[in-house]
Amino acid sequence: MWHSATVRTSLGFVVLAVACAFLADFRITAHDPWGELGRLFLGLIQPDFTAVDYLGEAILRTLAFAFVGVSLGALVGMGLALVFHHRTVRTACAFVRAIHELFWALIFLQFFGLHPLTGVLAIAIPYAGVFAKVYAEILEESDPEPSRVIPHGTGVVSALAYTRISLAWPHLVSYTSYRLECGLRSSAVLGFVGMPTLGFYLESSFSQGHYATVGALLLLFYVMIATLGLWVRPRLLPLYLIAAPFLLGSGLPIRWQNVSRFFTEDIVPAPLRQGEGLTGLMTWLGELFATEALPGIWNTLLLTQVALVVTGILALALYPLISRHFKGRVSGALGHTVLVILRSTPEYLLAFILLQLWGPSMLPAVVALAIHNGGIIGHLIGRRSNEIALRQDAPRGLERYAFELTPRLYGPFLAFLFYRWEIIMRETAILGILGIATLGFYVDSAIQEIRFDRALVLIVITALLNIGVDILARWLRSRLRLRHTATSEP
Amino acid sequence: MNALALNEIVADYGTQRVLGPLSITLARGERVALVGRSGTGKSTLLGVMHQHWHRQGVALMPQELGLVPSLSVFHNVFMGRLARQPTWYNLASLVRPFRHDVAAIRPLLERLGIDDKCWTATGELSGGQRQRVAAARALYQQGDLLLADEPVSALDGPLSEVVMTALTQAYPTAVLAMHDVELALRFTERVIGIADGAIVIDAPSRTLRAQDLLVLY
Repeated sequence: MWHSATVRTSLGFVVLAVACAFLADFRITAHDPWGELGRLFLGLIQPDFTAVDYLGEAILRTLAFAFVGVSLGALVGMGLALVFHHRTVRTACAFVRAIHELFWALIFLQFFGLHPLTGVLAIAIPYAGVFAKVYAEILEESDPEPSRVIPHGTGVVSALAYTRISLAWPHLVSYTSYRLECGLRSSAVLGFVGMPTLGFYLESSFSQGHYATVGALLLLFYVMIATLGLWVRPRLLPLYLIAAPFLLGSGLPIRWQNVSRFFTEDIVPAPLRQGEGLTGLMTWLGELFATEALPGIWNTLLLTQVALVVTGILALALYPLISRHFKGRVSGALGHTVLVILRSTPEYLLAFILLQLWGPSMLPAVVALAIHNGGIIGHLIGRRSNEIALRQDAPRGLERYAFELTPRLYGPFLAFLFYRWEIIMRETAILGILGIATLGFYVDSAIQEIRFDRALVLIVITALLNIGVDILARWLRSRLRLRHTATSEP
Repeated sequence: MNALALNEIVADYGTQRVLGPLSITLARGERVALVGRSGTGKSTLLGVMHQHWHRQGVALMPQELGLVPSLSVFHNVFMGRLARQPTWYNLASLVRPFRHDVAAIRPLLERLGIDDKCWTATGELSGGQRQRVAAARALYQQGDLLLADEPVSALDGPLSEVVMTALTQAYPTAVLAMHDVELALRFTERVIGIADGAIVIDAPSRTLRAQDLLVLY
């Protein structure tokens, strides 16, 4: 078993994570962490739904931003998918999706202010990049035969609509509806930077210590995501899409002089603005690297590697919850509910809550990342395990887990984990906004100090780091011969 | 343009020659049967013909049929005339078909015995039904030339007669790859026998009997 490349790679990751864990900062600094946690659970058990207007507005705005952002992203993404074979389009999409929604929001906030456009674009732009890539892969996999029988002289659009898009339609729909669920999470999280969505209400309830309202908000959010399949129906979709833009709220008006100032002054590196020329720019960049970028990159990498391994361990521990091969231990419905709750809680929201409870350190971030991503991967490989047929006299219990199922699921498990590596890193960087010293922390500080030039350089560095990890993950997947297609994505 | 001609064409699969070099001239109004063992290059020859002549109003019926499984029978048949209407009309039809198109397609489906499946997705049909949908698409297209690869291979006796009659009435000029020798002789004017990627028989159908073609098999 130690000779297998897969096992050796996994062990390498574990050793690296242990080393990182020694270097990272894990502690609980709050003076009454468990009391706070207890009060939060009490809030979840005894939620306060009386503030109907307040809760209703939080949910409505979260839905509106998600629908407008995701549908815009899907529309643009479909257009880009059709020209995805151009290198420029591919590169631009990779770059655009390597920047987290919250970073996009922070950028747009600087010149659009608290206008709905900020939230909509923050979702639509990175989502368009993702949609373009996945739609292109899905279309690529469709049967080429029907395109041959189309009569000569048919317009390009008609031919596409009747053949490739129609052929891929079921996959396109299921992927888009999965992304709508992601969009709801993104939309909720945008509230933490000032958009009028769930995160905004959650933050203010937390700061006032209204745990019963926090409980109500969280429960409504889970119900909204769990029932998605019930109320998002093809026939109702046009209605939602027409209504959503009118439900974004008015926000504050855009001041166009801010927009032009942002592009012509704010983001121009300070030494260039002050006429210090290229040498000034080099010193400025060097200083930025030494004092902010490098520490940020270091902490982002540490946290990512630890979170990745904990995610993996959690996923392997959780998948039996929904596997039919372990029925009788935990009742099926309960297992499903646990996994749904774990994976539908956005990392950022979880990290925010845990930070409130435990105080600032890397611990809340690792736990939040592991819970969310472990829940997703656990769900995916649990579902995969249900496709496996065991022989009738297969061992039971722990032997079944260790000898029959886990070895068969380990390949897909690693494929999913490597796939989420880049996502975990993107989230790790963004968790810096909450006060953990990853790249997002330095971006956020630069923005607080109104030094957008520095913020932008740091965001670009973060994006390049994500692209790098994505390339590394793809190389590892192909080296270990782990199959990956668009449809195997969660 | 009166005659369709291929001159000294070849087809390779990797480094292996699978067809030709061979030359064929088709007269307008001439129906040709391609016969021969499977794997001798009939499908390849049809593919080459499609490549050369697809600009000239060709209706293609490949062996895999080229249906879109997620679309209804109506839409798959409607695809035969996509080139005749503007894009907006095609896109609107995808959402909600126009009444007169349905009225034009219904009788075709009725003739082939699949009108009850008009709104069923073709992915849910049996092999024989799917083959009739592909035939209906070719009929609806009303092209100048039909290239069909085993158009009735999944149909039983009477149904294959119905489909062959319909196809040959609609297309005076056609090239049909067939393994049913009797049917080939009855519905075509000329038979081209292929063996190992070369033409070994080329004769008017009325001069041939089924036994004459047995040498090919």
